[in-house]
Amino acid sequence: MNVAITVNGQVQNVEVAANTLLVNVLREQLGLTGTHVGCDTSQCGACTVHLDGRAVKSCSVLAVQAQGAQVVTIEGIGSTDDLHPMQAAFQDCHGLQCGFCTPGMIMQAIDLVTDAQSQSKPLDSDAIRHGLEGNICRCTGYQNIVAAVAKGAAELSSKAKGA
Amino acid sequence: MYSFDYHRPDSLDSARSLFAQAEDPMYLSGGMTLIPSMKQRLAAPSDLIDLSGLAELQGVERLDGDGKIRIGALTCHNDVANSALVLEQLPVLAQVAGAIGDNQVRNRGTLGGSIANSDPAADWPAALVGLQATIHTQDRQIAVEDFFRDLFETALAAEDIVVAVDFAIPRRATYQKFRHPASGYAVVGVLIAEHDNGIRVGVTGAGPCAFRACALEDALNNSFTEEALDAVDVPDVGFNSDIHASAEYRSHLVKVLSKRAVAQLRSES
Repeated sequence: MNVAITVNGQVQNVEVAANTLLVNVLREQLGLTGTHVGCDTSQCGACTVHLDGRAVKSCSVLAVQAQGAQVVTIEGIGSTDDLHPMQAAFQDCHGLQCGFCTPGMIMQAIDLVTDAQSQSKPLDSDAIRHGLEGNICRCTGYQNIVAAVAKGAAELSSKAKGA
Repeated sequence: MYSFDYHRPDSLDSARSLFAQAEDPMYLSGGMTLIPSMKQRLAAPSDLIDLSGLAELQGVERLDGDGKIRIGALTCHNDVANSALVLEQLPVLAQVAGAIGDNQVRNRGTLGGSIANSDPAADWPAALVGLQATIHTQDRQIAVEDFFRDLFETALAAEDIVVAVDFAIPRRATYQKFRHPASGYAVVGVLIAEHDNGIRVGVTGAGPCAFRACALEDALNNSFTEEALDAVDVPDVGFNSDIHASAEYRSHLVKVLSKRAVAQLRSES
C-alpha cells in the first residue's frame, strides 16, 4: 500500500505492507534511527513519537494508520547545534546514562508540557512521574530525568510567555 | 504479525458491509490491545477494518432529556480525562480515564475498544457498571447489566460496532484502584456511585468480567459507612487467580477498595 505521512514537516510517500509498524517505516525506510525499539511490546516507551501532536508508542501503531497524519520524531525537534529546550535540560541535568530511552523520554516530556500548558495544570514532581509511567529507564533511577523534565518545562513555559 | 488487508471506511454502513464481505475480519479502534495481540499472533484477522475515520463516533456531550453524559466510542481516554464537560459534570469519568495504562496508551486507546474487548482487568467496565451505563451499537441499545458476559465476552455480535456509551450522573462517585505496578491494569478496581435510586458498586479485575457487588450495595444503602462493609462477605468463588493475586486476595481487595471509596466520599461531603 502507498502511504503518505508528513514526517518532521516533509511529506513522505512510502510503500508498505499493511502489517508494517510505524516505527519500522521511520527507522528502516526513512533512516530516522533516533526512535528506538526497546521492548517491542508497548511497555517501554523508547519508540515514542508525536502523531498529530500527541505522544504515541510507534511500535503499536501501523504505518497505514498514520496515512495523512503529521509525525514528529526526535530528529524533528532540534539538532546538535540547536537543541530543543527539553534536550538541553536533559543534558544539563544529566537526565540519562546510556541514552537508549532518552528520545522516547524527551518526546513524552514535550507532550506532557504541552498538555499541562493547554489545560493550565501544574506540572509538579508527582505529575511528571505519573506522566512518565509509559517510559522505562533501566539506568538512572529517574531522579535526574524528573529534574530534567521540570527544568525543560520551566524553559518552555517562560519561552511561551515571552512569545 | 501475520498479513491482512487493511480498510479505513468513512461510514458505519461501509464498515458493516466490509465486515460482511471479509473472511475473518476484526474492527480496529485505538489498537492498544489488538495490535500487540496481533504482534504476538494471538489475533490474526484476515481483514482489519479501521474505524478511526468515523467522525460521528468521537466526542463528549451532555444529553438534554435525561441529563446523561454521552461519550463517543472512538473518544480516546485522554480526551475523556481532559474534557471540560466531564471534569465539571462527571469528574469520576476523568478519574477512571486518567488511571488507564500510561499517557501514550491514553492518547490512542478508546472507550469503545476497551469495553468491546472486555478485558477482566480493564478500568472502564467498573465505570459502566457503577454509572448505570447504556451501550449504543449501530442499531440497538444494551443495558450494562446485559453487556459484560464473561472473560473477553460481551453481548456484542462479531459485526456490531459500539457507537457511544451513555452514563448517568450520580450525586457523587469515586473510583479506587489497586494498580498493577508494571501493566497499569486494575488488579481490582471499585467504583462506588450514589444515585437518586441508590448506591451502585461496580467491580473490575476481580472476576472474569466487571460486575455489580449487590451485597455491598445493600449494606451501603442501609448505612453509608465503612463499618457497614465489615459484616459483608465477598465470596471469592469464580474470582480470578493468577501470578499477580489469588482469588482470596482479590476478594479482600474488593472490600478494602470499597472502604477507601466510602471514606473518600464521606470526607468530601
